[in-house]
Amino acid sequence: MLAELLAYPFMVNALLAGTAVAVTAPVLGWFVVLRRQSFVAHTLGVLAFPGAAGAVFIGLPAAVGYYAGAVTGAAVLARGPDTAGESARTGVVHAAALACGLLLARLYSGMLPQTTSLLFGSFLGISRAQVQLTALVGVLVLAVLAAVWRPLTLVSHDRALARSRGVPVTALDTLALGLVAMVVAAASGVTGALLVFALLVTPAATARCLTSRAVVGVPVAVAVAVTVTWGSLAAAFVTDTPPGGYLATASFVAYAAALVVGRVRR
Amino acid sequence: MTSVLAGVAIAVTSGLLGWFVVLRRQVFAGDALGHVALPGALAAAVLGVDVRLGLLVATVGLGCLLALLGERARADDVTIGSTFALVLGAGVFLLARLAAESGRGGAPARRAEDGAAAARSLFGSIVGIGRADALVATAVAGGVAVAVVAIARPLLVASLDPDRAAARGVPVRLLGFVFLGLLGAAAGQAGQAVGALLALGLLVAPAAAAHLLTRRPFLGLTLSAAIAAVSTLAGLGISAVAAGVPGSAAVILCACLAYGAAALLGRLGRAPVSRSAGRRRPPSSRCSAGTPPGAGSGARRWSRPAGPRAR
Repeated sequence: MLAELLAYPFMVNALLAGTAVAVTAPVLGWFVVLRRQSFVAHTLGVLAFPGAAGAVFIGLPAAVGYYAGAVTGAAVLARGPDTAGESARTGVVHAAALACGLLLARLYSGMLPQTTSLLFGSFLGISRAQVQLTALVGVLVLAVLAAVWRPLTLVSHDRALARSRGVPVTALDTLALGLVAMVVAAASGVTGALLVFALLVTPAATARCLTSRAVVGVPVAVAVAVTVTWGSLAAAFVTDTPPGGYLATASFVAYAAALVVGRVRR
Repeated sequence: MTSVLAGVAIAVTSGLLGWFVVLRRQVFAGDALGHVALPGALAAAVLGVDVRLGLLVATVGLGCLLALLGERARADDVTIGSTFALVLGAGVFLLARLAAESGRGGAPARRAEDGAAAARSLFGSIVGIGRADALVATAVAGGVAVAVVAIARPLLVASLDPDRAAARGVPVRLLGFVFLGLLGAAAGQAGQAVGALLALGLLVAPAAAAHLLTRRPFLGLTLSAAIAAVSTLAGLGISAVAAGVPGSAAVILCACLAYGAAALLGRLGRAPVSRSAGRRRPPSSRCSAGTPPGAGSGARRWSRPAGPRAR
């Protein structure tokens, strides 16, 4: 079974890229959950869609568009904490992005079958170069996170205290969103733009139900994400369906179980 | 003609509900409810039930579920995100299932056709609504709009200051529940018109623009509904004139442009407005959390102090 799975190069590529994303995304997701930026993260994921559609429209590879779209979105949205006006603006950017994506996809025309794979992911089209890019982005993001871990934790918990201590709050906010954009773009290739959540937020939320200590929680989140990714890619291979559905379902099951366990222990 | 009528009715309802969505900071919930229209419609197609019914059941059902999961009938953003990832995941399964069923005929062309059908349920087409569908949509949208107007006053009080409302005997939790249910119905309808992915735009963009332009509740509600209706008409007009521009994208882009114009207007007019209306709101930025109590009457105060954190 395993040997049969690994006999296909595209499957090996998918597993490698999936693992790279599954190791990186939950670490960053820990902060996304802490900072309550799920909606912003989702919006960045969605921005990858017009990015990719636009890139294909002008003849560039879709991967370039993923990154360009998500990073542009982070630059637009990087403005402090989530208040009422803020989340409304995020929503407007979100809707505008989807509308632009649709417009570009329609203008390009003939991209309709690909639209679903942009939105819901695919394990077939991952090239060796994409695996390398994903791994590179993962290492980069983890290195930056390790460097700013303590100040970023402080900013996420208590902005006023961080500011009074001279921590560059705005710069860290922007940096965090930029990192989310990079990871979301990397994950979009595997899970699709709409289901990035399943790897970014849900595993971290699962871990946070069980513990609030990062030393324990982050490894738990990574373990959940890696298990879920491998399982879903295998299931997708066997049943010939997009892996996004299995990913979302499996990580939701983990989250629900952790929620129940957390309630019971408390 | 009927499709234009339905589009305007849906837009007005979305504008009214959207105003409360922005006020209650439930933008993310609105987004999730809009997306759920996709698996709802697909599930109905697989089961062979009427698609409109599946769509409404799914959106209203998820609305009630989110209300149940959240404290005081407001769901936490992680809960919303995980739930709707699950729901979209289910949509992917159903999509694959539909493709497999019709693919049994064998031709790859049919698969492409299914891709087109999926894209249609994701991105909608106002022009494609049939006469009967349009009438049903108009009726549902009208009913939701009447319901919103009927509960507007208690809902406003409950949204602005839940504690005071509860002390006065307003059923805050029940209102939250009803609100999410209505939002589900509206999102389902909007999903039918502009698609599951773009429903959010119709809900949020006109409402956010209205919030930027005025803070008076009933003027804001009217303005929001008006902006939504005008963007729908303008979007439909553009797509009728310019071939190849999808109607739903044009509608949403018009609404987003209205938001951009409102943001510009607000920025230009901020200095004089804050001088003349200074007694009404504190001079700090327009959505600072933690406005001092008594800075305005309950209904005029824009922002609530941040509630207790869930975890």
